[in-house]
This record gives sequence, structure tokens and C-alpha cells, in this order.
Amino acid sequence: MTERAGATNTAYDVAIVGAGPAGLAAAATTAGAGLTTLLLDENPAPGGQVWRAVTTTPVQERRILGEDYWAGAALLAEAKASGAEIVQGATAWSLDAACELAVSCAGASRFIKARRIILATGALERPFPIPGWTLPGVMTAGALQTLLKACALVPEGRLVLAGTGPLLWLLAAQLLRAGGRIEALLDTTPAGNYLRALPHVAAFALSPYFAKGLALKREVARQVRVVRGVTQLCAEGQGQLTHIAYMAGRGGERRVSAEVLALHQGVVPNVNLAMAAGIQHRWHPIQRCWVPVLDAAGNSPIEGIAIAGDGAGIGGALAAEARGRLAGLAAVEAIAPERAARMPGRQLFGPALARAKRGRALLDQLFAPPRWSRLPEGDTIVCRCEEVTAAQVVEAVGVGAIGPNQAKAFLRCGMGPCQGRLCGLTVTELIAKARGVEPAEVGYYRLRPPVKPITLAELAAMAHTQRAVAAVVRQ
Amino acid sequence: MFRRLLDAAGGRVRVTINGKPVAARAGDSVAAAMLACGLAHCRTAPVSGQKRAPYCMMGVCFDCLVTVDGIGNRQGCLIEVREGMRIEAQHGRRELQ
Amino acid sequence: MRDRRIERDYDVAVVGGGLVGAAVAWGLARAGQRVVVLDEGDIAKRASRANFALVWVQSKGLGMAEYMGWTVRSSEGWRQLADDLRAQTQLDVCFERPGGLHLALGERELEARAQLLKRLHNQPGAADTRAEVLDRAHVERMLPSIGAEVAGGSFCPLDGHVNSLRTFRAFHKGLNLLGAVYRAGHAVRDIVPGRGGFRLLTARGEVGAGKVVLAAGNANMRLAPLVGLKSPMRPNRGQILVTERAAPFLNYPLVTIRQTDEGTIMIGDSREEMTDDRALDLSIAAVEADRARRMFPALGKLNVIRTWSGIRVMTEDGFPIYDQSETWPGAFVVGCHSGVTLAANHALVLAPMIGRGRLDAHVVGAFSARRFDVQKAA
Repeated sequence: MTERAGATNTAYDVAIVGAGPAGLAAAATTAGAGLTTLLLDENPAPGGQVWRAVTTTPVQERRILGEDYWAGAALLAEAKASGAEIVQGATAWSLDAACELAVSCAGASRFIKARRIILATGALERPFPIPGWTLPGVMTAGALQTLLKACALVPEGRLVLAGTGPLLWLLAAQLLRAGGRIEALLDTTPAGNYLRALPHVAAFALSPYFAKGLALKREVARQVRVVRGVTQLCAEGQGQLTHIAYMAGRGGERRVSAEVLALHQGVVPNVNLAMAAGIQHRWHPIQRCWVPVLDAAGNSPIEGIAIAGDGAGIGGALAAEARGRLAGLAAVEAIAPERAARMPGRQLFGPALARAKRGRALLDQLFAPPRWSRLPEGDTIVCRCEEVTAAQVVEAVGVGAIGPNQAKAFLRCGMGPCQGRLCGLTVTELIAKARGVEPAEVGYYRLRPPVKPITLAELAAMAHTQRAVAAVVRQ
Repeated sequence: MFRRLLDAAGGRVRVTINGKPVAARAGDSVAAAMLACGLAHCRTAPVSGQKRAPYCMMGVCFDCLVTVDGIGNRQGCLIEVREGMRIEAQHGRRELQ
Repeated sequence: MRDRRIERDYDVAVVGGGLVGAAVAWGLARAGQRVVVLDEGDIAKRASRANFALVWVQSKGLGMAEYMGWTVRSSEGWRQLADDLRAQTQLDVCFERPGGLHLALGERELEARAQLLKRLHNQPGAADTRAEVLDRAHVERMLPSIGAEVAGGSFCPLDGHVNSLRTFRAFHKGLNLLGAVYRAGHAVRDIVPGRGGFRLLTARGEVGAGKVVLAAGNANMRLAPLVGLKSPMRPNRGQILVTERAAPFLNYPLVTIRQTDEGTIMIGDSREEMTDDRALDLSIAAVEADRARRMFPALGKLNVIRTWSGIRVMTEDGFPIYDQSETWPGAFVVGCHSGVTLAANHALVLAPMIGRGRLDAHVVGAFSARRFDVQKAA
């Protein structure tokens, strides 16, 4: 039996992956109830994406980032005070059905076992595959937000924002407040979305987003040229972005010069760790993404593993926090039911989630991204890592690839280090379109650990069981 | 391509980027430091040699891959700059020796 | 049921669209046969997507000398296959045959390797594979960056490797160009032999063909009795690691480490008696990683970006099964582990035989499943 250094099993009551709103809330809840809790986060500091750098941001003037951002500090303080062990710079790269995590920290990997696992790995921005989207200078709206929050960096030169969704407007407001300049905001929200959103207006009016959303839009529209009904976008340049070509309404193609283009068309769950663990997902026909199959408390079909936050379904920071508390409560109920029964405020978690979800239906309909920006054509790159184009994916369907895994075998799309995070949805939808079926029928890439790269040496240093040695060393 | 807001505090950390000494801001990620000092791209992609730069800044796109202290293909957006760090663009495929 | 005449939509139905089925179908289509390939869906066991892409000769055939010769023949025929595929589809499958190595960590492994080669060589009817045992000094001249524990290895100039996924793609593109019909999502549930041909009942309807070739991997075991054949299988699971792309580093394929034409490095291999390809044993991955690193210390710094497990198509004794039904002479079974190595034989030798309607006993008689009857009787 060969036990290698760095392979010590450590056991906790609860292990949580991701220190965004959901993870922090879950940790505060379980540790607060006295369960041994480990909170792992990949980034240098907690807060996830929405509260990135909330404890370290150099942007101290509070009105720039806005109060929703600073609200994160309170939850962070609660998590820190709860007794949870919070480890930054720790990447969870594998999870199995026995609730064993493989975690890489400072170049060494180890297994961590817990009685309950809560995945709070959040969301990432939906791919935005327009021609030229791989050019230096093209980034996501979230990237610009991160640069602002964590580093107080704003784009110099001509900046254009393009896409649809609340984050685009929030970013615009934050950049303007910080003294940035925006050449144009190209709004790709399809006209038809306004009609489809109408049935949900009443609910939205009661939601926390209504007043804030309207105010934000007015603030931005006063200062920035907004072009509505954009139906085509191209990033152009030789090795670097120099122009953006677009079409909107009637009239021909227009061109604007730009050094930075921020793209955004909503966020989708970051499914890689959950799928690699074997958690079943289903296709969400409105949000057009994969969401895990969960019960009301966030428990997945795998005993002991729950998902909270945007990774459970896109809902924003308030919903994420509520889901985190609910998942934390469920973990406490499973391990120490008497403490769960005494947990203060537990009856408020469910209603808080319901309130946070109010208005979500309208946001989903209003900001549903258009087909043209989800379904590229021709030479437009679909898989950035392996540089596979839309035309190649369609051709693969013609030669017999009926799903993304066959397409992957033919074309290598999805085989790069991002493991399909930036191409998977596009490939699924392109195949669905080519075959004339729904994405639910097409399916998604089969994902496996490591969900983030680790070095061969790091993997080699993990525990070698006798059974494993016998399976490999066969003479 | 990027400028710092005037009131941004932060100590300086001495690194080299593509061989040139740079006074990076403590707390910046490697990717942010490269953008802050005006670099347009941080790598050339291994398939076609296309120039690439950071896209997502949150560790999911893998376009910010750079060589840090001799080790290639590291995600620049997830690593904080440290005193003495050597940062180089990642040209194509990883060299082994 | 009345024995009505089978509607012969096709000359041949090939059950299974993997490397074996696709190679046979391609060969048949080239010979002018009307071919339909019936395949499963996107998520299926699919050994074609889970192999090491070796065209491997050394150490094959212990226990069946004919297999040695069959393997050598396919290795010699691979260049032709690669050229034909490129001429037809413009896809370069990057076949290379620089010779291959099986490295030994420590003297004991080297001695075991030498023993195996000797036993192979001494079999009556053994083919000359030109495999030889090399000492460390010799290996180090070929691979300057090997680790200190490498005691030597066995080398065979007939060993090589290929981009097996591109080969798979090329066969399918070639089938498409030749007008063969490929039907995914058409798993075969039943086969009804009749006058003039076979009715195949699939998940999406019925297909009629004059001949049927079972090339469904481990599923041949279930399908073969439907046409009066048998194909005993013993699948097992193997795991592979794949690294990020690296600059060219490894000039020879090794049995457990190879660098692809894209630059990624594949590392294997393991064997477990189980057939669940959804799960992974990380400890096995760790042992594989460790052995690879001990063979080439520089590999330690590379990132592993992917792992997967595959279910090996494995007959009961490990040797191919090529058979033709006596009750229903138009039914054939083609099953083997080495779908990559034997692709040349399958496309260029076996397919024409099937097209002519008769397996040549001189060439492939040893691979009939009747050998299992003999073993049982003995």
C-alpha cells in the first residue's frame, strides 16, 4: 500500500465549493449550527463574481459600485465569524458520488471527504459567438466588472458595450460613475421579447429589481448612445479589435471604431463539477441552458450532494443567498436535526427565496438572447480552445454526428482546457438546429474530472491504492 | 487599453513582463497587470497561432494562459502578482524542457 | 410468421458504426456494395472514442500464432489505407510508423518483457515481428529524456500510431462520399433471417439487407446468436489521461505514453473487470500519472486536462472473432480488440471477402468462434 505525501484524507461534516453569495450563506448556516464546515474557493479572496474583491477593492467610493455590491461585506463577515474554515486559492477538480472531493491548493492535491457537499460554483456568462469574438480587445461584461472591482482599471480608448441583460446596464452605470466613457451600448434585446415579457410585468413590479432596474437604465441612457434592436454584430481587426460592425432596424451596416468591446447576453450555470460528479441536468427551455435536477432544498439525486446559488438555476445574488441558507439548513437537518429545529430564522429562508425569485420570469423572457447571437454560422469560431467553426459543426452533423460527443470526436470541439464552458451551449444548439430537434434531445458533452487542469506530478502524488496499482502494473 | 482610477491605492510589486521590468499593483492578477501595462495580447493560440488576450477574467475561458516563473499555461487571471515574478506570453504549445 | 421474401433495401447492413464497422462498411462501399450502417446514439460505449490509437504489433498473439501474422499484415497495409483515405477525403490521419517501445521500470519488468518476447518468438508458426529487447543505453539514445528508473525496453519497428479520431471521421466522411447510408439512433434490437436476406428491427424501424455484418463491439455477444453465430466477449475497463498540447517531445509511441499530432500527450493504461464507463477511479489515474512521470520526469509539469474511461471490446480469449454463419451464410461477425491496428485488414482484406460472400478460411479460419467449442470439448 503506497500512501503518498499530500494524500491525507480529511473529513468534515460539510464541504462547500465556492465562496460567492450561496457558498458564504451556506457556510454561515452550517458552521453557525456547529457543524465542522470547510469552504473552498478558487480565487484569491472570497465574494465570488458578484461580490468580487469586496474586502480588497481599491474602489472605495461606494456609489461607484453601488449598494448591492457592498451588501456582500455583511454576509462575508457573518461567514468569517461563524467558525467555518475558509480556504482561498483552492480548486476543487473532482467530486464523486461518495462525497469525496479532490482539491488542488498551492500545487498539491488531496482528497477531502464530507458527510454533505454543497456546490456553489455559480454561473458564467453565456457564450457570445460573433465573428471576431476571439480578438484581443473583446471581453465579457463580467471581465470589465472584475477589472474595475478588483483593480480599479477602466478601459482607455473607445469602449462599446453590446448584448442584453441587466448586467450590461449595471456595468455601464458603474463605469460611468467611475469616470469612464462609453461610445455606445448596442442593445440586442429582440423586439419580440417585450411582448413575451408582458404577462410577467405585474410580478416584476413587486420584485426588488423593478425600481433598481428602471433607475439604472435611465441613468445610463442619459449619458450613453443606446442603439436598440441590434440584429448583427461583428468584431473586426487584424490581431486586435479596431472596429465593430453592426446592424439595427432598417438601414444598412454601420461601423464604429473601438478598442474594447464588452459582450454580455446573460449568465448560465457553471455545470462542470456537478456534471462530472454525475448529477443529472435538464434543459431549461426559456433560459436555454442546463440546470441540475434538484428538490426544493437544493438536494441533487446523489445522496449528500446539494447545489445552491446560480449553479442551481439563475436567480441573482439574493436568490443565491437564500438557496445557500436552505441548502445549509438541509445539511444541518441531515446531520443534527435537533440543531436544525432550533436554528433562528429558518422559517424565513423559503420566503426569502420566493421574494428573490419574483420578477425572474420577466427577466428571463425580456432578456432571452436572440437566435442570431446564439447560433453562429460559417467561419465564426464556436470552440475557442480548438478553433472549431460553426460550419464544421454543421458538417459533422451531416456526416453522422447526432450529438455533441460524436461532434467532439470528429472535430475536437470541447477537448480544450475550458472543457466546453465556452462552446458547449453553442454546440448543443447548433446540432439541435441542424437536426431540427430540441436541445433537450441533443444532450451535452460528457464531462469528467479534472474539471480544472492539474499537473501530472500533482496527480501522481495522490494516494495509490493496492487495487489501483494492480489495475495498472500488469506484467 | 486600460487605465487606473486616480484614487486607486495599492503597493507596488516588481515583476518582469516579457523581460521588461514592470511596477505592478499589489493585489492585481497577472492578467490584470498585463492589461494595465498596455499589452494587447498575452498568448498565441496553439492551433493557428492567433493572438489571444484575457476574455472572461474569472478562470473559465483559458485565454489568459501565460508562462509564470518558467511554468507554462497558467491562468493569469487566477494568480496574484508577487515580488520578483517572471511573466511571459505563452507562445503556442507548451515547451517541456 | 410467414416467410415472406425480404425487401433488400441494401446489399449489406453493418451493425455498429465504430472503427470496425466503419472500416468494413467503407471497404464494402468502395467495392460497389449498397451499404447501410446502423449505429447507436450520441452517448454509447463507443470504443472508437476511447482507444490509445496505436497500430501495435509487438506482444500480440501469445497463444495464437496466426494473430501475429494477421497483425503484421495490417501494420504493413496501414500506409495504403492512410493514403487511400487522404486521397478520398482530404483528411490526413497522420499515420506514422517509427517503431514503438514498451519501457520497463526496473530490471524485473525488463526481464518479464524479455521472457514474453521469447515465448512469442518460439510459438510454432510465429511471424517475425522483428521485436527486440534493448538495454537502457540503447533506449536512452532513442529517448534522451527518460527517467533514471527506466531499465530498458522492447522495441518493434512495425509499431506505430495514428490519429484514431480523425481516422474515424475519415471513414465516416468516406462512407458519405460513397453514398453509403449511416443511421445513428438505430440500435438493432432483433435480426430476422429469411429467404434472400435479413430483416433488422431497430429502435427506429425496420431495415432489410441481403447480408448482415455484426460489428457492434461487445454487443456482438447478444446479436450473434440471432444469426446462428456466437461471439463470447469479456469486456473490461481502461482509463486514459490526456495532457495539454506540448511542443513535439516524444518521437516514438510507447505502449502507455504517446504524443498525438496535435501535441497532446496520452497516458494509459489500466484494466479493471468492470463495464461502467461513467465513473473514474482517481487512484488509477494517480498510478498512471506516476509511472509516466517516472519514465519521463519532464512530463510532471504538464497539465492533465482530461481523463476518460473506455470499455474495451474484448473477446473471451483476446483474439479476433471473424465468422460466417453456416445456417445463414450471409451473416458475418467481426469483433476484435484492436480496431485501430486491424483497420487496414478490415477495410482492405476482410471487407472484400464479405463482399464476395465468403470468408477465406486460409486467411481468417483461425479466428472463427468454433475455436471456443474445441476448447470446451478439450
